[in-house]
Amino acid sequence: MFHLVSRHILRLAVTLLLGGLLAATLVRFAPGFDTDEQQLDSRLSSESIVAMRQQRAAHGDVLKFYAGFLGSAITGDFGQSQTLNRPVRELVIERLPVTLKLVGYGLLVGWTLALLFATTATMARVAAWDLATTAAVGLVLCIPSAVLALGIVFLRAPGFLALGLIVFANVFRYWRNLLDKSYAMPHIITARAKGLGTAKILFWHVLPVSATQLLAVAGVSVSVALSASIPVEALCGIPGIGQLAWQAALARDLSLLVTITLLVTMVTMLSNTFSEVLGQAFRTQAA
Amino acid sequence: MKRIRQFAGVLLVAVAVVSLGASLFAPANYSTQFRDDSPNAGPSHQHWLGTDDLGRDRFSRVLYGTRVSLLLAPTAALLSTLLAALVGAIAGYFGGTWEKLAMAGTDLFLSLPWLFLLLMVRAMLPLNISAFASVAVTFLLLGLLGWAASARVICAGARAIRNSDFVLLARASGISRARLLMLHVLPNLKPGLLAQFWISIPVFILTEANLGVLGLGVTEPLPSWGSLLRELESYANFSNEYWRLVPLLLLVITVTSFQLILTRDEAAA
Repeated sequence: MFHLVSRHILRLAVTLLLGGLLAATLVRFAPGFDTDEQQLDSRLSSESIVAMRQQRAAHGDVLKFYAGFLGSAITGDFGQSQTLNRPVRELVIERLPVTLKLVGYGLLVGWTLALLFATTATMARVAAWDLATTAAVGLVLCIPSAVLALGIVFLRAPGFLALGLIVFANVFRYWRNLLDKSYAMPHIITARAKGLGTAKILFWHVLPVSATQLLAVAGVSVSVALSASIPVEALCGIPGIGQLAWQAALARDLSLLVTITLLVTMVTMLSNTFSEVLGQAFRTQAA
Repeated sequence: MKRIRQFAGVLLVAVAVVSLGASLFAPANYSTQFRDDSPNAGPSHQHWLGTDDLGRDRFSRVLYGTRVSLLLAPTAALLSTLLAALVGAIAGYFGGTWEKLAMAGTDLFLSLPWLFLLLMVRAMLPLNISAFASVAVTFLLLGLLGWAASARVICAGARAIRNSDFVLLARASGISRARLLMLHVLPNLKPGLLAQFWISIPVFILTEANLGVLGLGVTEPLPSWGSLLRELESYANFSNEYWRLVPLLLLVITVTSFQLILTRDEAAA
């Protein structure tokens, strides 16, 4: 277990370092990096403009730029948002809880729906129900998440329902297949033949067998939910990280956008690590 | 199921033919403004789906928008599949350090949530560009950033082929590595590559639609499914203005058709 956790932490650190370097390189070579609209301000003196140019020129070397960014990031300083004129750290601290709450509720709704529909479809084995659930999931998968968010706005429903639907549609098919496989296992067929109750079979035999894989899929769905949080927050008017990322993209506020992307990557990887550790714990207990 | 797939194929071909012949079927150009009619007019003999906020014929814009999305999503899918084939085949076939490096790169790309990564890279490029440049930028980005998951699948396939008997035999007979890769490994990866290509198309269509609704996709006046769906933001009444849902309906039909056709290719892969 210790090796698994340390391996994941190492992977997380390397990914964040490389991701940060990639992002810093992209920011450095993005068109318009060397120019600054503030330099056009006629109220500024020539000395101020020269100082601003020198400050920009100091960021010319990518490695130096990245080292500077990392050094400040360690102390909790992620720079200043160019458009909102506020420290990035402050903006992130303000909006992160909103997104975590939205994504948390969305995941809860999505996982509950997926588990409910997957278990009923697997256990009932009624062709019409199977067709209806598959068609419903297929339909949700074919609608862009932004349009789902607009639908939620139109219905005046809470934003997490859109996220829940997206997570449900992405998770359902995998969970359904996993449960199908579990129900076809010899010891579960025997349990059913012996007349064991449906709930007992599900909670004592089916779920423990497939828990590791179910958790792995659940871990991956966190990334899906975080990605979908951008259109949902932007269109439902929820002031979270997704909306901030969208505003930063429209205003080309690159330092803010890079910090948000790295933060979201960290959350995604941590959730994957958590689901894998939990899965390992299940495996150990079963062994 | 076979019949449903055939029906999906026919639908897809019909949508593709009508959109490719947009200049023949559309009653007007996508940017022509009809000043004599009021903007946001309802369906009429002249404008089958009414007009938009700027008085442009909505039916024509749907046809041209479908053409943009339907032509460029496969192009982006082709680009991402080629990149995936390059990275995956080299990593899987050569193994060792190559595989470790390629898989580390793939992991890095897969760790970054798709829409966040896309948004970050899109924002780094100028937003105030011509409509045609925005089309190229949007779909080029999709192609360049969407290869990672496919590369992983291709790498696994190439690894399996590397350890197979016929490759061992070919190597023993003295064939060069490059020739072996080109003549034996890549042709055997074809079913997997085809499946990845088909899987990528609906993903890219949906991603473009999401970017379009968020105002980061294809820019005006050129229409795409994304920019057409943006109109739904100002949609007030479903029952009175159902014609506004036509782009969404077309998108759902197309993506569903792709998904239905895909089930066979996935099985083949």
